[in-house]
Amino acid sequence: MSLYRALLRLYPRSFRVDYGDELTRTFEARHRGQGSFVRALAALGDVVPNAIAAHWTLLRQDLTYAARSFSRTPGFALTAILVVALGIGANTAALAVADYTFFRPFPYHEPDRIVRLYQADGEDMWNYGDLSPANWRDWKEQQHSFTAFGAYAYGSANLVSEAEPRRVETVAATAGMFAVLGVRPIAGRLFAADDTLSGQAVILSYRLWQSQFGGDPGIVGKFVRLDGVPYAVVGVMPANFRFPGSNIDAWTPLVFRPSSFEDRNDRFLFGLARLRPGVTPEQARLDLNAIAARISQQYSMPSMRTASAVFPLRGEMSQRSTSLIVALVGAALCILVLACANLASLFLARGAHRAREIAVRSALGAGRERLVRQLVTESLSIAIVGGAVGLAFASAGVPLLTRLIPGGLPVAGEPTVDHRVLAVGIIMVLFTGLACGVAPALKAGRSGPLDALRGTARAGGGRSRKVRSGLVILEIASSVVLLVGSGLLIRAVSRVNAIDPGFRAENVLTLKTVLPLPKYDSTVSRVLFYERVLREVRAMPGVQAAAYVTGLPLVMRGGIRSITVRGITEPGNDRETASIRYVTSQYFSTLTIPLVRGRDFDETDVSEGVQVAIVSEAFVKRYWPDGDPLGKRFFTGEEERTIVGVVGDIHVRGLERESEPQFYLPAAQPGAAAVSGFMPKDLVIRTSVPPMSLVSMIKGIIRRVDVEQSVSNVRLLEAIVAEETAPRVTQLRILVVLSAIALLVAALGIHGLLAFTVSTRFHELGVRRALGAPVSGIIGLVLREGLLLAGIGITLGVSVAWAVARTMGALLAGVQPQDPLTIGIAAALCFMTAVLSCVRPARHAARVDPLSALRSG
Amino acid sequence: MPDDFVPDDLLPLPPATFHILLAVAEGERHGYAIIQDVEARTDGELRMSAGTLYRSVARMVEQGLIVEVARRRTAADDERRRYYRITPFGTAVARAEMRRLAQLLRLARARGLTPESA
Repeated sequence: MSLYRALLRLYPRSFRVDYGDELTRTFEARHRGQGSFVRALAALGDVVPNAIAAHWTLLRQDLTYAARSFSRTPGFALTAILVVALGIGANTAALAVADYTFFRPFPYHEPDRIVRLYQADGEDMWNYGDLSPANWRDWKEQQHSFTAFGAYAYGSANLVSEAEPRRVETVAATAGMFAVLGVRPIAGRLFAADDTLSGQAVILSYRLWQSQFGGDPGIVGKFVRLDGVPYAVVGVMPANFRFPGSNIDAWTPLVFRPSSFEDRNDRFLFGLARLRPGVTPEQARLDLNAIAARISQQYSMPSMRTASAVFPLRGEMSQRSTSLIVALVGAALCILVLACANLASLFLARGAHRAREIAVRSALGAGRERLVRQLVTESLSIAIVGGAVGLAFASAGVPLLTRLIPGGLPVAGEPTVDHRVLAVGIIMVLFTGLACGVAPALKAGRSGPLDALRGTARAGGGRSRKVRSGLVILEIASSVVLLVGSGLLIRAVSRVNAIDPGFRAENVLTLKTVLPLPKYDSTVSRVLFYERVLREVRAMPGVQAAAYVTGLPLVMRGGIRSITVRGITEPGNDRETASIRYVTSQYFSTLTIPLVRGRDFDETDVSEGVQVAIVSEAFVKRYWPDGDPLGKRFFTGEEERTIVGVVGDIHVRGLERESEPQFYLPAAQPGAAAVSGFMPKDLVIRTSVPPMSLVSMIKGIIRRVDVEQSVSNVRLLEAIVAEETAPRVTQLRILVVLSAIALLVAALGIHGLLAFTVSTRFHELGVRRALGAPVSGIIGLVLREGLLLAGIGITLGVSVAWAVARTMGALLAGVQPQDPLTIGIAAALCFMTAVLSCVRPARHAARVDPLSALRSG
Repeated sequence: MPDDFVPDDLLPLPPATFHILLAVAEGERHGYAIIQDVEARTDGELRMSAGTLYRSVARMVEQGLIVEVARRRTAADDERRRYYRITPFGTAVARAEMRRLAQLLRLARARGLTPESA
């Protein structure tokens, strides 16, 4: 029998209290004389389904009641749903992005043990760069910290297969890279030792296999041509394998020749290694540093700075990308707090208004449990409907946020509201519903029905008003914080937009024609290609100027060479660096980079003639601040160049970054040290007509010059510049929207509280009027309350914003975090909103008729 | 509560409800007696569990079909037992249900359908 009694707890409390004894007696009578096992089974079979049904009945009743009650006050219901939807939507979207960037596991075996290796310039690990093969080899042979050791380098190639020729992004990788990642191909195999000798094997990405080879199941063993050379397909990787970046189409073996190890300053490798269990990245770094120190000593190269930098896979994300996303999540959480505060406030006010109704129900015999249950059902249904709308907002909004994500994360796909994010979202919804519903419900359950019936609850409950005032202060403070954040970012964006890149991007079309080797090994063949293409392009109507260049500014950010100037730089010092580009004539006029002195390159700059260069103003300022630079000479590598012109400086590395001084060399004079990576491949064209209208004609010209040549990356230079500020602009838009939401929610909060105050103090206001208080006095009373709360909230918000803004330094492009103008405007905006929110309640208070107020009391 | 309802609103009645109404129509009964009565009348075909009975009872009280009787019937009965009897509204609902069933039977018979025919 004790089992049956215990099972009764499964019933709703009200039902159990009413019928518990009867149920037990009836069950006893019905099963008298049966064995205890049979009785236990009968008890389970009786209670479990009936308890579920009883709860369901109550839930249906409560839902019906809630629906009826909300349809009587649709304003309340809609406001509450909107508030929840905004809070949940903003948070789910922010979480999806943060999850994708920071937490989504990499599709590799034990990804926490994988680290990236770089060569650092001295002890500062953040001053790092690519590895030289010699250093990589020595580290690999002497290290004690890793179980697998790999390296890779970026490349690209023209792929010729049955489909049309296509430019593919490739990575040359050692067999060790795949071992470090612990991945397997879905077809074929990974690289073997033989492959790294011959080098003519290729592993395809799933995407390339699908798009270019139609998912041919017999692809392994077939040959494809990369830059005219046949490669045997040895394997296909799974769809989610995108290492080291999502744009990679294929992997080829990384081949080292004996000469690769000769120059320790020739740095182009990226290292990747798997830590031994229990070894931290820092311990591994010290291990490699010790090796590096031995190497430096052994080769007695004081100028060679061989320390190591060891980063976990996610560890090298830029401070700015991290700040962007952390700021987004912070702002979203702010909104959720606001939403919860507002919702709690709304429910408290509603609870006060319904005190009488609840008292009546309670007097009619509804137990406290039933009342609490009813109120929690109401708040949860609001939260669930609002949450569903919010999740829909989030799913729609997430794609808009992808621009915030730093490129080159080795994760496939895009951030989505997946089941994990959804689970957190649902928890937030339930939490919101309970947090906002339970407090008012408990309050309703506690107050005696008699008080409410007598009307002594009219004062609206001093405590609940204090709580609500606190919530309103919190709302105003959060709005101020968000407004200050948005304001600072607006100023930062306008500052970045005002930066002059040094060239004019409007009406410049860019496209890429990467000339494959060995077909274009000789300078003569390349120059012929450039000349033929440029001659025809320049002759097109609507084209003002056209040129070829090694890489576009803001796209190719590196390309740095060390230089020496006799008598000015110290011998053996390779710290003097500048950005190098090979260009054809008209490059400066195409980009409208001012030619300050001397001349542009022309057809007289041929490979046998004087080796010339054009340098930027910063270059001149550094080495010949007082003299005439024309005719001066400098060395790049072993080659001496004579300066024939001076041009303006441009932002090569990015609008917000310092760039090295620049020097330009003619495409026809590549010199002995020319590397294939520096061959001009970007065609830039300044037009007087809409640039995109010329694309097909230009492609036709290129096809006429070389029918096998691929064309890729057709873009406007303007779009490239705009992309520099795109993450900022996206984030700014989001923050502005969030601030607007916050302000709206805060306004609703102030308005709701004051309206509530006025209605609960109706009687008192009437008495005051009857005693001769002027209307202005009554209005003043309401305004004073609203503005006092606003004042406290703004003060609090400004001090929090003050502290928060200092952590945003990385995002502000030099704008002072404590910018007084921004803070002032944010505070003023909040204050005005507060005043506006007071207007209606104040007018309502002013219209209180003393007689009717007294009578109703 | 009964004022809110017209008898037809509750039709068709769930079989358990109709049987409980029949059981308490003859006089006041406590829970177990209702179960026994229904079981006897249906030749053991409808055996309600305690939970099923009291969930129905709770709903029927709320709907005003039956009421709990305050006084105990005889000294011999368990004094703690709760008794229920039918209300006039309950009787009206039971009649309405009978009319509905009779109408259904008439319709079936008019089509020449009999329980015995295959």
